[in-house]
Amino acid sequence: MNDRVIPWFVAIIACLLGACSEGAWNNPYPNGEKASNVIYSSFSERPKHLDPVRSYSSNEYQFIAQIYEPPLQYHYLARPYKLIPLTASQLPQVRYLDAAGRPVSRERHEAIAFSEYIVSIQPGIRYQPHPALARDTQGNARYLHLNAEDLKGVHVLGDFTMTGTRELTAADYVYQIKRIASPYLHSPIAGVMREYIVGFDAFREQVGARYGNSPKGVWQDLRDIDFAGLSVDDRYTYRIRIHGEYPQLVYWLAMPFFAPMPWEAEKFYSQPGMEERNITLNWYPVGTGPFMLTENNPNLRMVMEKNPNFHGEQYPVYGEPQDLENGLLDDAGKALPLVHKAVYSLEKENIPYWNKFLQGYYDASGVSSDSFDQAIQFGSQGDIQLTERMQAKDIQLETSVRTSILYMGFNMQDPVVGGFSERARLLRRAISIAVDYEEYISIFANGRGIPAQGPVPPGIFGNIEGEAGINPYVYDWVDGEPKRKDLGEARQLMAEAGYVNGIDQASGKPLVLYFDTPGAGPGAKAHFSWMRKQYQKLGIQLVIRATDYNRFQEKMRKGTGQIFQWGWNADYPDPENFFFLLYGPNAKARHGGENAANYQNLEFDRLFEQMKNIENGPVRLEIIREMTRILQRDAPWLWGHHPKAFSLFHSWYKNVKPNLMANNLLKYKRVDGELRDRKRAQWNRPNYWPLVILLLVLLVSFIPAAVGFYRREHGTLK
Amino acid sequence: MIAYIVRRALYAIPILIGVNIITFLLFFVVNTPDDMARMFLGQKHVTEVQIEDWKTERGYHNPLFYNAGAEGLDSFKETIFYTKSLRLFVFDFGRSDSGRDISFDISQRMWPSLAIAVPQLLIGLLVAITFALLIAFFRATYIDYWAVVICVALMSISSLFYIIGGQFVMGKLLRVVPISGFESGIFGIKFLILPVLIGVVGGIGSSTRWYRTIFLEEMNKDYVRTVRAKGIAEQTVLFRHVLRNALIPILTGVVVILPLLFMGSLITESFFGIPGLGSYTIDAINRQDFAIVRSMVFLGAVLYIIGLLLTDISYTVVDPRVRLS
Repeated sequence: MNDRVIPWFVAIIACLLGACSEGAWNNPYPNGEKASNVIYSSFSERPKHLDPVRSYSSNEYQFIAQIYEPPLQYHYLARPYKLIPLTASQLPQVRYLDAAGRPVSRERHEAIAFSEYIVSIQPGIRYQPHPALARDTQGNARYLHLNAEDLKGVHVLGDFTMTGTRELTAADYVYQIKRIASPYLHSPIAGVMREYIVGFDAFREQVGARYGNSPKGVWQDLRDIDFAGLSVDDRYTYRIRIHGEYPQLVYWLAMPFFAPMPWEAEKFYSQPGMEERNITLNWYPVGTGPFMLTENNPNLRMVMEKNPNFHGEQYPVYGEPQDLENGLLDDAGKALPLVHKAVYSLEKENIPYWNKFLQGYYDASGVSSDSFDQAIQFGSQGDIQLTERMQAKDIQLETSVRTSILYMGFNMQDPVVGGFSERARLLRRAISIAVDYEEYISIFANGRGIPAQGPVPPGIFGNIEGEAGINPYVYDWVDGEPKRKDLGEARQLMAEAGYVNGIDQASGKPLVLYFDTPGAGPGAKAHFSWMRKQYQKLGIQLVIRATDYNRFQEKMRKGTGQIFQWGWNADYPDPENFFFLLYGPNAKARHGGENAANYQNLEFDRLFEQMKNIENGPVRLEIIREMTRILQRDAPWLWGHHPKAFSLFHSWYKNVKPNLMANNLLKYKRVDGELRDRKRAQWNRPNYWPLVILLLVLLVSFIPAAVGFYRREHGTLK
Repeated sequence: MIAYIVRRALYAIPILIGVNIITFLLFFVVNTPDDMARMFLGQKHVTEVQIEDWKTERGYHNPLFYNAGAEGLDSFKETIFYTKSLRLFVFDFGRSDSGRDISFDISQRMWPSLAIAVPQLLIGLLVAITFALLIAFFRATYIDYWAVVICVALMSISSLFYIIGGQFVMGKLLRVVPISGFESGIFGIKFLILPVLIGVVGGIGSSTRWYRTIFLEEMNKDYVRTVRAKGIAEQTVLFRHVLRNALIPILTGVVVILPLLFMGSLITESFFGIPGLGSYTIDAINRQDFAIVRSMVFLGAVLYIIGLLLTDISYTVVDPRVRLS
């Protein structure tokens, strides 16, 4: 073989080795993972933060909720959603105190000045192996006093050869709450917590005074800075003192914001040279949860593996009645987690993601608009079914109504659509009838949603089903279901408001309204056109003011919008988390809160303050009914719809039950690796004959060229 | 030649300042520092104090170009433009708004981009030159006619169609390569086949037509007629004489894009999940991460200038008659 041939030969062999390895040619995973207990999933966007003090989006919780453990969690199977201890030994005990610090009973709301949440955690819980916790033979911290020499050759966290662990203590939880308050860590919930936790602002000031002038990268040791609202009772108990009452605090205690942080981790990552190497707490989490992040390459793949120090937890032994027959209790009592590894691949586009799901390379998938018709069909009764193709692959469908609302709001400060005058109220009600959300859901959401009757979505206390729950200003109860009122009624309301056929009787001019939206581009055109038609039914001319999201937010902050569309996802399963979107002191234009409609009704605000502090029960429900009635009457929002989530999963993917509150769901999932391998092999046999034929066709097509060339070369001049 | 290169390097400075100003203006016309802070801090529960803290920590609290509150030179120095842009000229890209070292990320992400772009360029060149020579050889025959028609058809199809169609046919129907993904090392070769193939097929129409034109122009020159008159075989005419002389425009066309191979392809990388610089840039735009956007635009401008300089130099290499002065 001469020298020219050898490189080509090597290259071809390399290609063949790569392509023709054992197993399917299109398998994107190494074949060594065959039949193993591994979950394959994807993520579409690089998580911005993996530090629990900052993370606040679902694509970040997908990872950190498996690693960090707050004291509480949601029961996986029970509904309505129920909090249970995670690292806590029991649910927090709550003490109520008056202004002098004396205990008072819970019923004496007016006397309660403070509430104290006492949290006890289980002993014996240990952190995942991590260099920050490594100790040498003398028991000294191995990597907490590094210098430039020590960091030579270190590029990633794995380059530290030693790891260690230690027991989780109550002080770690307190340390993390102090981190929430730190002015330098930008926790998104700092604004909320400063209203409640005692001494929050004073603590921030102290941190600012101590570290305000220190150079960047210096460890900000928060341990010895006093925080009046936090105390450590003993190694396993801590308490949080808040102003007044805030029963929703327990829900926050189930979120990663309140997960423990060992001070050693912060000190470790703050050392000179670490940030330059991108070795930061924001990139390499350290927790006590069932999984730890062993590969963090968010440009390609994230891998989580079982934490060898996990304290142990059992799969739930009870759930809803149908859970048993659905096989959701087959693993009852088994040690968690049920898989030892989860591989998340970056998949930015829907099309390759969907095709790889169909090939069995992802265990579960959502249903995007692109793939909806391939996956879902509607039966003769309008019921949702999987297509034959999905059924042939034994793919399963799970649907659930999200604890979210997508609404259309009126700016209550606007002189035309806002305010509490009868004219404006009638106009809003007329529009509420005319904008047909049933049609909207059918056209733009493929039927994935239910029209909202008020702010509270199904599955959350305060949502009333059936006739009692409908919005009587927009719907009638006909044949056992809500039916949107006739358009004639809306026109009548318009006439009563002084807009006969959309003409303002005062000025004689057509009524022109303005719809502010961040949507733009060709995809939004159909949506805008539909929206104009809805208003046109009443003779109203709707002007669409489409802009980018930044400008849209600015308009909302300034209160210069007129009609807008927005949404909200529940932070926790409590009606307070939806009604606060219409609470006067939260008005966006005046107070910078989340009340984008700037709705301010004193009666509603009074009821809200009453409702938010009492337990779920008949009294609370009655208040919620009254609040909902006020909102339906005033119509500051068109209630829009609650979207439905559709998820598909393969037959080998077990224990799938939508839980819209919990994020630490990976530990409950199980896969039948052998079944998956069989199916993958069956679905992915390479079909190379068309390629061979194509090659032959190409070769044959060169024959005339070759013949022509030969003739030209060997022909004689004539 | 050294004087010429130095002069060109000096010319590059005002160009780079201009690119920087335009990038800066375009970015901040669309996004204000407040918008960036909100994007970074999230949508829920964010307060004005947090936004101000974020801006101060990252130096976005200053005015854009002119600080009326400062005196003398500080009026210009205590601005976002000055503090964020000056270091670029010594290739200190600094840290992204999310705190990552941009130089490190670029050094990591240029390799996947190159892994796609280099084979795509080389194979594409080989195939296109071969086809163009063949078509030129059969000029004015039905082969030439149909080849041009096919080239025009190939040129007219969107690159997105090639990508989606390629993934559908090769990955889904034939199942011979993974639909998307990336790996380093030998296992990763099978992930490169499809994007490289699609890149080659997608570019073959335009490049073949272009090279065909070059070859035809060359084949009509007097020296070719002379060579033929001497009775030299046609393949010798084509490969030894025509190809060699046609290399000048081909080479200069290729050299100018060589440095830009580092920058990656936005669409290809996005659809194939390739962690290259193309997806790095598009992610930064989506996240309103100004630090990365300005760094990548600056790098792109520098590479383009280097490409043009290399083109000039390559003229002197392939054509000894050309002298740089």
